[in-house]
Amino acid sequence: MNSRLTKFLPWLVVGLLALFPLMESTFYLQLLTKVLIMAIFAMSLDLLVGYTGLVSFGHAAYFGLAGYALALLAPKYETVSLWWSFPASIAICALFALITGMLVLRTRGIYFIMVTLAFAQMLFFVFHDTKLGGGSDGIYIYAKPTMKLGEMELVNLEKLEQFYWLVLFLMAATYMLLHRVLGSSFGRALLGIKVNEHRMRALGFPVFRYQLASFTLSGALAGIAGYLAAVQYGFVNPEILSWHQSGAVLMMVILGGMGTLHGAVIGAFAFVLLQEVLSNQAWFGIAAKHWQLAMGMLIMLVALYLPQGLAGLMQRFGRKPVAEAADD
Amino acid sequence: MDFAFFLIQLLNGLQYGLLLFLVASGLTLVFGIMGIINLAHGSFYMVGAYLAWSLSSMTDSLVAAILLAVPLTVILGMALERLLFRHLYQRDHLYQVLLTYGLILVFEELRSIIWGDDVHGVAVPALLNASIPLTDNLSYPVYRLAISGVCMLLAAGLYFLIQKTRLGMMIRAGASNRDMVQSLGIDIKLIYTLVFALGVALAAFAGMINAPLSSVTPNMGSQVLIICFVVVVIGGIGSVKGAMAASLMIGLAETFGQVLVPEVAGMIVYVLMAIVLVWRPEGLFGKA
Amino acid sequence: MQKKSTYDRRGFLLGSTAIAGATAAGALLPAGTALAQQGKLKVGLMLPYTGTYAQLGVAITNGFKLAIEERGGKLGGREIEYFTVDDESNPAKAPENVNKLVQRDKVDVVIGTVHSGVVMGMAKVLKESGTLWINPNGGAGAMTGAACAPNFFRTSFSNWQTTHALGKVLKAKGHKNAVFITWKYAAGEEMMEGFKEGFEKEGGKLTKELYVPFPQVEFQALLTEIASIKPDAVVAFFAGGGAAKFLKDYQAAGLKGKIPLYGSGFLTDGVLDAVGDAGEGVETTLHYADGLDTKKDKAFRLAYAKAFKLQPDVYAVQGYDAGQLLAAGLDGVKGNVANKVGVIKAMEAAKIDSPRGTWTLSKAHNPVQDMYLRKVVGKENKVQGVAWKALADPARGCKA
Repeated sequence: MNSRLTKFLPWLVVGLLALFPLMESTFYLQLLTKVLIMAIFAMSLDLLVGYTGLVSFGHAAYFGLAGYALALLAPKYETVSLWWSFPASIAICALFALITGMLVLRTRGIYFIMVTLAFAQMLFFVFHDTKLGGGSDGIYIYAKPTMKLGEMELVNLEKLEQFYWLVLFLMAATYMLLHRVLGSSFGRALLGIKVNEHRMRALGFPVFRYQLASFTLSGALAGIAGYLAAVQYGFVNPEILSWHQSGAVLMMVILGGMGTLHGAVIGAFAFVLLQEVLSNQAWFGIAAKHWQLAMGMLIMLVALYLPQGLAGLMQRFGRKPVAEAADD
Repeated sequence: MDFAFFLIQLLNGLQYGLLLFLVASGLTLVFGIMGIINLAHGSFYMVGAYLAWSLSSMTDSLVAAILLAVPLTVILGMALERLLFRHLYQRDHLYQVLLTYGLILVFEELRSIIWGDDVHGVAVPALLNASIPLTDNLSYPVYRLAISGVCMLLAAGLYFLIQKTRLGMMIRAGASNRDMVQSLGIDIKLIYTLVFALGVALAAFAGMINAPLSSVTPNMGSQVLIICFVVVVIGGIGSVKGAMAASLMIGLAETFGQVLVPEVAGMIVYVLMAIVLVWRPEGLFGKA
Repeated sequence: MQKKSTYDRRGFLLGSTAIAGATAAGALLPAGTALAQQGKLKVGLMLPYTGTYAQLGVAITNGFKLAIEERGGKLGGREIEYFTVDDESNPAKAPENVNKLVQRDKVDVVIGTVHSGVVMGMAKVLKESGTLWINPNGGAGAMTGAACAPNFFRTSFSNWQTTHALGKVLKAKGHKNAVFITWKYAAGEEMMEGFKEGFEKEGGKLTKELYVPFPQVEFQALLTEIASIKPDAVVAFFAGGGAAKFLKDYQAAGLKGKIPLYGSGFLTDGVLDAVGDAGEGVETTLHYADGLDTKKDKAFRLAYAKAFKLQPDVYAVQGYDAGQLLAAGLDGVKGNVANKVGVIKAMEAAKIDSPRGTWTLSKAHNPVQDMYLRKVVGKENKVQGVAWKALADPARGCKA
């Protein structure tokens, strides 16, 4: 396979995506923005699931926390500067991930899955049951953050195309960052731990510290996605950190093919578009009322017959993965 | 809270704990012995409740409904194991999560198509439809106590089955070493099918006998799902004893939590779970 | 239903080619008027069709379509084209879902929804887009309070309204103190506030607020608490399966008959078949009841039962009135929906001849309506009288 092509393909895709606003379809632009945000979210989880071998069932906690952080940091009716609210929200997520990581990383396997869920549920009830963030009805972010350099406005987030480009940029940046990280000695160590934790420990690797670093980075990246999601519609609700949300992003990772960054992106696209298509009453009429039946069956088919996800399917049709981060 | 009410709340907590055990017992079996994460456990619970409702309105008797429905759920469990779960034993837990998440959606929609989206009630059997007075204005429904009794019988039965019977021995051996058991000429596939069917039947049975108490509603399964996982994980996966201890613990924590610290009642279970797992990462009675 | 959906589908196929024309008509040019009147009126239904509230979504849809059918399938002379989105009662997806109607389908009016959290998510998007919005259920106070807007209308209730009149009722019965029990979530807390305010105004005392974590249905601990407090009365709000279980548990705990139970009407709506005699005698307030015995109500019930082979409920009434309110708006501008100011004016001035009795809109666009006192008799919520004539939501924080 032409390795030059595999190098360029991601850029080609990003370039094509950057042109999308030319289509001038507000709805599809907003939908695509959301897909890209979910792609960031899915990549952040893939770092844990696919590369570190830790299956988190509570990843929505970090996603939602960033959204709430923005909602609570921003003054009620005025705009907040992106320059400090963005890093602050991400930092809060990273910190929360660091603290929870220290606790949850004591467990393994199914216990890890469940204890991550427990922490997410705790956070869910903090926002659902207290007045802190508007309770179960959620809270608004009335004005979108501003992004200014001196007096000059760099990006106007009220403008859909500009917000879209920002999201696209951050998606590409996340991809690049993870690509770099996973290609580094740190990334190799993570993979080593995933394959055989005991051996790595015997070799003298500080396994816990590596895992904690990965967990924290993953939480912070999920925070980027959560921040952007909160900015997009200006509304956060406890439901964004519910286990359904954690489940959905896990679906995206597996559907796309875990352990490949582009798989996470493909998974996010596929998952959102599937929901979009199956629930479309205009196409399916009365059957659309039971669209979740079709969705459920598709998910089951993937679990049974597509263990490598859609990325694996692409590979099977004679194409190499676009950019296998671990082995280049 | 005076002493009498303290005792009543204690009873409430224990009784609720036993209910939780009933729902979670099937999960810990499948979870522990087969190593299957089954998110659709709640769906089997729901199927049981709906079966109890539809069959008892046909036969006018909950007991008859249960007798009819249990074999149906066993068949359902065997079919699911043969057609779906069998293919996933050797694979990562993730695929089980994926498959059973899909199953939740399928069961929920099938329920909607077959039984509709209404709320239904199932009458308490006439024989048990009474109350025992506790204070001047509070009494305790006999049916709740009867369920507690059933739960304890079930717990004892499960314990006996796994620890003392030949089948239980094969099950335990199969859990720790699949290949060895197979090489001894024991039909491990059949055992797995049976255990899975038992797990499904237990969940459905919980839904059935709980139906008169809880009413039969859409999405009732997903409400019990998470709490069941909490029970199983706190107790230690695969441990019937642990599941019982964890159920009672959660029952008490929830009961007293709602009364004493209502502001944080919603998260109390999860705090408990986090504490237990940080303290004992393999659960109370789990094997490290 | 079956027949209707095929109609929807064909409607879409015909209509999709006309999208460009309709968008152009959206511009407020007088020249566009003629065009607007020719095209179909695009109505977006955003309701739960899956999950816990699926039944409510269907009842509202039925009610709405019945109101339209009664007008020959036309409003202000224009035919209707329906667009439907299942909101799954998921607030996390609310903005995205309502966007499907606003941005993708470019509907003229949005009808929805049941869940309060989803209502709040919709409000955010619809305030920015300015699309006409009629909410046929979700009672979040903020929609016609702090977040109110000229294009927001509600044909159901605010949470506050459903319990406020109970204060008077309890006072009249001689109850001096009460306990309120509900789920710990926004709707429950708003209903608690509504009751507390009404009861304290009458000199009553709310001894304790009891909350069950949502959506749990294990009530035993708090029922024991109630027994130990021994209040004069208990006021409750739960809905659906939770309500059914609460009524049964209240009876099984022996409290029924010892401490009288009152509630927001949702406590006893749609669950009486499921609870046996556990609901018998429970008194609630709501803006609709069985046995109202008005001409309008009888006609509505008959027509609904005939069309859908189902008995209508309060949700169907709210959907029906959403249709009636929209009809009033469009009649006022002869179908020229592009004249949004005109539509809003006509809707504001409308007197809705509803099965629940005539009602008008408050300044914040929430119904000013009679709250009935109802009592469970057999399988019915029998009307006992009017607990509060023309009750208006205080619309706190609404500056529009």
